[in-house]
Amino acid sequence: MNPTKQIVSGLARRQRAEKRFRLYGLTAVVLGMAFLLLLFGSIVANGYKAFTQTYIELPIYFDPAVIDPSGERDHQTLFSADYWKLVKTAMYQKFPQVSGRKERRELARMVSEGSAYELRDQVLENLRLIGTTQHVWLAADDDIDMLMKGYIDRNLPEDERRLNDRVIGYVDSMREADAIERRFNTTFFAAGDSREPEQAGILGALMGSFLALIVTLLLSFPIGVAAAVYLEEFAPRNRFIDLIEININNLAAVPSIIFGLLGLAIFINWFGMPRSTPVVGGLVLGLMTLPTIIIASRVSIQSVPPSIKEAALGVGASRMQAMFHHVLPIATPGMLTGTIIGMARALGETAPLLMIGMVAFIVDPPGGFTEPATALPVQIFLWSDSPERGFTERTSAAILVLLAFLIAMNAAAVYLREKVTKRF
Amino acid sequence: MLRQARNANVARLNSLPEHFGMLGAIWAGAPALLVYFVWLIFEGDILMAQVLAMLPDPESMAATRELLIGDIRNAINNPMSYQMASEEVRMAADRYRELSQTATLALTATCLSVFAICSALVLKFLTPQIRARVRVEKIIRGFLLLCSTLAIFTTVGIVLSVLFEASRFFQTVSVTEFLFGLEWSPQMAIREDQVGSSGAFGAVPLFAGTLLISFIAMLVAAPIGLMSAIYLSEYAPAKVRTAVKPMLEILAGVPTVVYGFFAAITVGPALRGFGQSIGLDVASESALAAGFVMGVMIIPFVSSISDDVITAVPQAMRDGSLGMGATNSETMRRVILPAALPGIIGGLLLAISRAIGETMIVVMAAGLSANLTANPLEAVTTVTVQIVTLLVGDQEFDSPKTLAAFALGLALFFITLVLNFIALYVVRKYREQYE
Repeated sequence: MNPTKQIVSGLARRQRAEKRFRLYGLTAVVLGMAFLLLLFGSIVANGYKAFTQTYIELPIYFDPAVIDPSGERDHQTLFSADYWKLVKTAMYQKFPQVSGRKERRELARMVSEGSAYELRDQVLENLRLIGTTQHVWLAADDDIDMLMKGYIDRNLPEDERRLNDRVIGYVDSMREADAIERRFNTTFFAAGDSREPEQAGILGALMGSFLALIVTLLLSFPIGVAAAVYLEEFAPRNRFIDLIEININNLAAVPSIIFGLLGLAIFINWFGMPRSTPVVGGLVLGLMTLPTIIIASRVSIQSVPPSIKEAALGVGASRMQAMFHHVLPIATPGMLTGTIIGMARALGETAPLLMIGMVAFIVDPPGGFTEPATALPVQIFLWSDSPERGFTERTSAAILVLLAFLIAMNAAAVYLREKVTKRF
Repeated sequence: MLRQARNANVARLNSLPEHFGMLGAIWAGAPALLVYFVWLIFEGDILMAQVLAMLPDPESMAATRELLIGDIRNAINNPMSYQMASEEVRMAADRYRELSQTATLALTATCLSVFAICSALVLKFLTPQIRARVRVEKIIRGFLLLCSTLAIFTTVGIVLSVLFEASRFFQTVSVTEFLFGLEWSPQMAIREDQVGSSGAFGAVPLFAGTLLISFIAMLVAAPIGLMSAIYLSEYAPAKVRTAVKPMLEILAGVPTVVYGFFAAITVGPALRGFGQSIGLDVASESALAAGFVMGVMIIPFVSSISDDVITAVPQAMRDGSLGMGATNSETMRRVILPAALPGIIGGLLLAISRAIGETMIVVMAAGLSANLTANPLEAVTTVTVQIVTLLVGDQEFDSPKTLAAFALGLALFFITLVLNFIALYVVRKYREQYE
């Protein structure tokens, strides 16, 4: 057979193979994008409703007989008074037809237990409230919240639901009277952790993450830049420097949990630093971020044209002066880009923080670097373990907040890289 | 000195005035700073030793010296613990506070006097003849070198801390039992005579679980990552490429805890439901769910490394193959991929090492109890999961249970180190080949 015929006869098969190959590639890309959409879609679908919260309107009579029997307006008495009783009374008055211990308890439980503290804070802030009746919007219990958000299926048999028909009836009658509604959930952004989903917020976790990142930045940015400057400009070519470079590259690929073990063994056990604190978390994250920053800074220094340095050296600058006065200013945007990306990674990191004990249940936002705290990703981890539907929703919402921060940081990095970096 | 400098003709100084200033500041300030930090490092221990020496009968107060020190520290730092502490501990805490106030005063005085002495010496010895710039730059250089050796210190710190704790573990459990034992149940019983009171520390089920999940992850990530890199670099129009590439890279920037949540809440139950609908019994924490999600996480990692090595193949090889009449896919499969193979393998090794060290996805979506099986529908546990479960929560530092985590950490560090080392070596050799 002549060669031309041979080639022509195989052509159709080869072109089919070509098309197939192309299709595989396209499928891979489409699958990758589909996973991305699925991931974001499921989190947004799970979480967007957590930014609202159900509130119940109650006419609260701040009964002096309950909260201030002596009439002295004593701070201690007011602080420890039984505000829950006010809520109960108001609910009973709203539904006077309800009687029986069990039914009344169900009725009172529709309001979040945290409302008592809210009323207390209102009274302590404004003593003139005592003896008056105020219309107050109080957070509803998480089960009621779930019902309002449509997560509880009314068609299920009564004993398979978390709420029985009576309670659903109360909710419906309040809804008709416009005494129950969903509003923007400020608690979520203004409170620390809580056992009750409707009282839980991310402020404490955000503060913890913020404090830890400050420590991370203070540790890794100056040291990272200094190391990059040395390795690029002053390091002699010898075994020791090779060792350093291999070390940096390997550290960049060490699993983050190992850094957690390092933090636990060295910072906590050996140096005796306090557990669960942002300072230790920040140090561990800083060591973890350091290789990223060194590598990015070196690339940034390399991209400065040598003519800049040579010109400086030519007019009599020392190498140190050429570096710090001329090369570094030009390389700064690139270094900042690398630093921001490293910080974004540190913000999303969870495993090393588990090792050093930043997983405790902590209600109050931390006031300083050495106070026990948790971090945003750890808070997500903690909540994701809770069985309540309300926490699943809040986990997704916390993830959305975390992703928003990461996107903002990465956008800043891209902006620095595209707009501020000098090109030659 | 200043007067001398002012009087001297600035043009004839061997360095800029700022260099003299910097050198003076360093000479005067550095010793005081050094004293300050050394003092701070040792202050706690010395004060505690003094407090303990003052106590009438330290042995009777707590089981060990460490526990006693812990109690006293708690009483010092935490008003609540102080309220609850015993009389002696409170006394010790008070004494510690007094001593530490005195110490702070003494520290201030010492630092100030060191600073004053050094300043006096500076005034005497810092003359215009000194080559200030050279000296300052030497000091700065030393500082820069110190910063770059921190990477070495970190590695040494990791190795030493993990090795030290692991060696304590291997005093109670033999290395062979750890490496080859088939039973893993680290829960120590409270009473001696209970069943399984010794705990079992055979890590084989953990290694097997880790490998199973990493294998599933690579089954997802390797083909999708590689094929999408090929499609984006060879077939896709430039517009699609610039739009899709960063989108895929978003997958790499998503925190692992988010993937873990996704695996536990969405993928796990979905797989379980799907299995039930076709009559399969899928565990809700199946290896498949964790491995699949981990694979999704690694896709952009594989695809960006593959993209790098594919574009590094010289254009001439491509042109030669196409010129001979090969189709695009034939060029890719028979010319470019074989040429890029070492680089791709290096990239895959890095991806595997990342999958092995990945923690949050498996902590949230894989099982907790050791299970030696190759069935991806069952729940398995991994090395990282066990490290987390052993170390989270209250622990004392002398039980084999806690120390086992460090032995696992040592194994994990060693495995990933070897993988990274080979991978980086292969990738570098490959790059050199085409440069």
